[in-house]
Amino acid sequence: MSSFTNESSSGSNGSLAIARLIDRIFFGLTCAFAVFIAVILLWITAQLFQAAYPAIAQFGLGFITTARWNPVEDIYGALPQIYGTIVSSIIALLLAVPLGVGVAVFLSEDFLPAKIRTPIAFVIELLAAVPSVVYGLWGIFVLVPFIRPFLNVIHQTLGWIPIFSTAPDIRGMVQAGIVLGIMISPIIIAISRDALVSLPPQLRQGSLALGATRWETILKVLLPAALSGIIGAVMLALGRALGETMAAAMLIGNAPRISASVFDPASTIASLIANQFAEASGLQVSSLLYAGLILMLLTLAVNVLAEVIITRFQQIE
Amino acid sequence: MTVSNTQPNPSSAATSEVVISTEKVNIFYGAFHAVRDVYMDIARNQVTAFIGPSGCGKSTLLRCFNRLNDLIPSARVDGRIMFEGTDLYNKQTDPVEVRRRIGMVFQKPNPFPKSIYDNIAFGARINGFKGNMDELVERSLKRAALWDEVKDKLKQSGLSLSGGQQQRLCIARAIAIQPEVILMDEPCSALDPISTLRVEDLMHELKQQFTIIIVTHNMQQASRVADMTAFFNAEAAEGGGRFGYLVEYDRTQNIFNAPQQKSTQDYVSGRFG
Repeated sequence: MSSFTNESSSGSNGSLAIARLIDRIFFGLTCAFAVFIAVILLWITAQLFQAAYPAIAQFGLGFITTARWNPVEDIYGALPQIYGTIVSSIIALLLAVPLGVGVAVFLSEDFLPAKIRTPIAFVIELLAAVPSVVYGLWGIFVLVPFIRPFLNVIHQTLGWIPIFSTAPDIRGMVQAGIVLGIMISPIIIAISRDALVSLPPQLRQGSLALGATRWETILKVLLPAALSGIIGAVMLALGRALGETMAAAMLIGNAPRISASVFDPASTIASLIANQFAEASGLQVSSLLYAGLILMLLTLAVNVLAEVIITRFQQIE
Repeated sequence: MTVSNTQPNPSSAATSEVVISTEKVNIFYGAFHAVRDVYMDIARNQVTAFIGPSGCGKSTLLRCFNRLNDLIPSARVDGRIMFEGTDLYNKQTDPVEVRRRIGMVFQKPNPFPKSIYDNIAFGARINGFKGNMDELVERSLKRAALWDEVKDKLKQSGLSLSGGQQQRLCIARAIAIQPEVILMDEPCSALDPISTLRVEDLMHELKQQFTIIIVTHNMQQASRVADMTAFFNAEAAEGGGRFGYLVEYDRTQNIFNAPQQKSTQDYVSGRFG
């Protein structure tokens, strides 16, 4: 490659033609890669739709609104799983957004000397690489036994509110949501921190020069300026929480029902598929794939929403 | 009327009231001695220009006046900088309070990624402004000669404006909090000649009410806008590195037409720098 570029810069006609040819090959190649990705996405969707079609034909949209999963009578409806997927992800975000953005602010400011800050940021990025099955095990054996007394206190004092009405076990919606939240916060921390660190220093100086304190600068100038990056981070994390299989399957309890209490076991689409796919056959397989299709559309909707929010904020920028 | 780097001469701004006065100011970055022994008095309601070659410490000194050098952990200031009778580097002095009274306009226009309206309102809000915000925004933009261009698009982003408009927005933002002094760090270096002229006209207007200190590389600019001009120079230090010092501080016409120091003469006539 380097010999070609050297020749083309020498300016002779032959090498110019070669350079042009390379340009076209490069264009064709990148174009092919881009098309390849789009084709794969469409292919997966089409295959998923095709495989799920028997269930779609059988249950239609009623699949989304009914709450029964009965392989014996071959009747399926995924409402509890859809509900469980969304609610466990919301619980995860309630924990991960304040935690993640807070840590990102802390690590992007000079509260700590750079010698300590950089290794901490590195370790946090490593946390994002811990396999989810490890998070699941850690949740079952360490975290949930540790926080269960606190959840119990909530149940005892606020038990008259329906969402806290049952005693928390090891497995349940909140228990899974908390582990999911801890699991996705490194993503929020890493991306939000990048967004904050890459803000131009003139922004901070401009704010301080107007007599703003450090906190006024962070809350009213830096965080709003980095908002599109932070929202991107949150949406990416939400995407991971929605689709997370292993940790959710290990902690949520896999109960195919909708309970008013968030301490009760529940189920998610991904955990449902992971638990049943190996032994399913016929309409059950189609129904599982139908649920998978719904999960895919859900994640797609989250990503489109993220894109819309980000462009709206960028217009203000 | 000559001020050398060793002889304090407080009479140089004697014609009007002194707002900022420096006494034997030395500025260090770690072990690096950036600025040496500056004595000067800045007069109220005048435009004071700092000129000199790159690396002579004029921006460094300017950033001490609103304690923006605090952002650089290794920066250290010796000597005294008095502002309205208080020592800016006294331990009891709150840098936030200092910056509310001494505003700044930067080299590159740096509006916030907020609407034009919020760019002006931000400073007032954090300062606990209770009055009519619409009025304040309008007044500030009018004084910065920007109102007519933006009055119909106050909700648009400040970043949608041209470079010259952005810089006037930053000036409007600075004057909205009613500071006593406005520091300008090469405010026109990123602007085209017409925008530059508008900002210079603005300075003539603003000095009725504010004291302006401007750092500039452009000597014509200094001669056009400044009442007083300080010429800084850099010299090689023993043991490597260069340090900046104040060579001469006088009325602008004296600096340009009858400088006392040979290096000033050389600089203003374009022989170096």
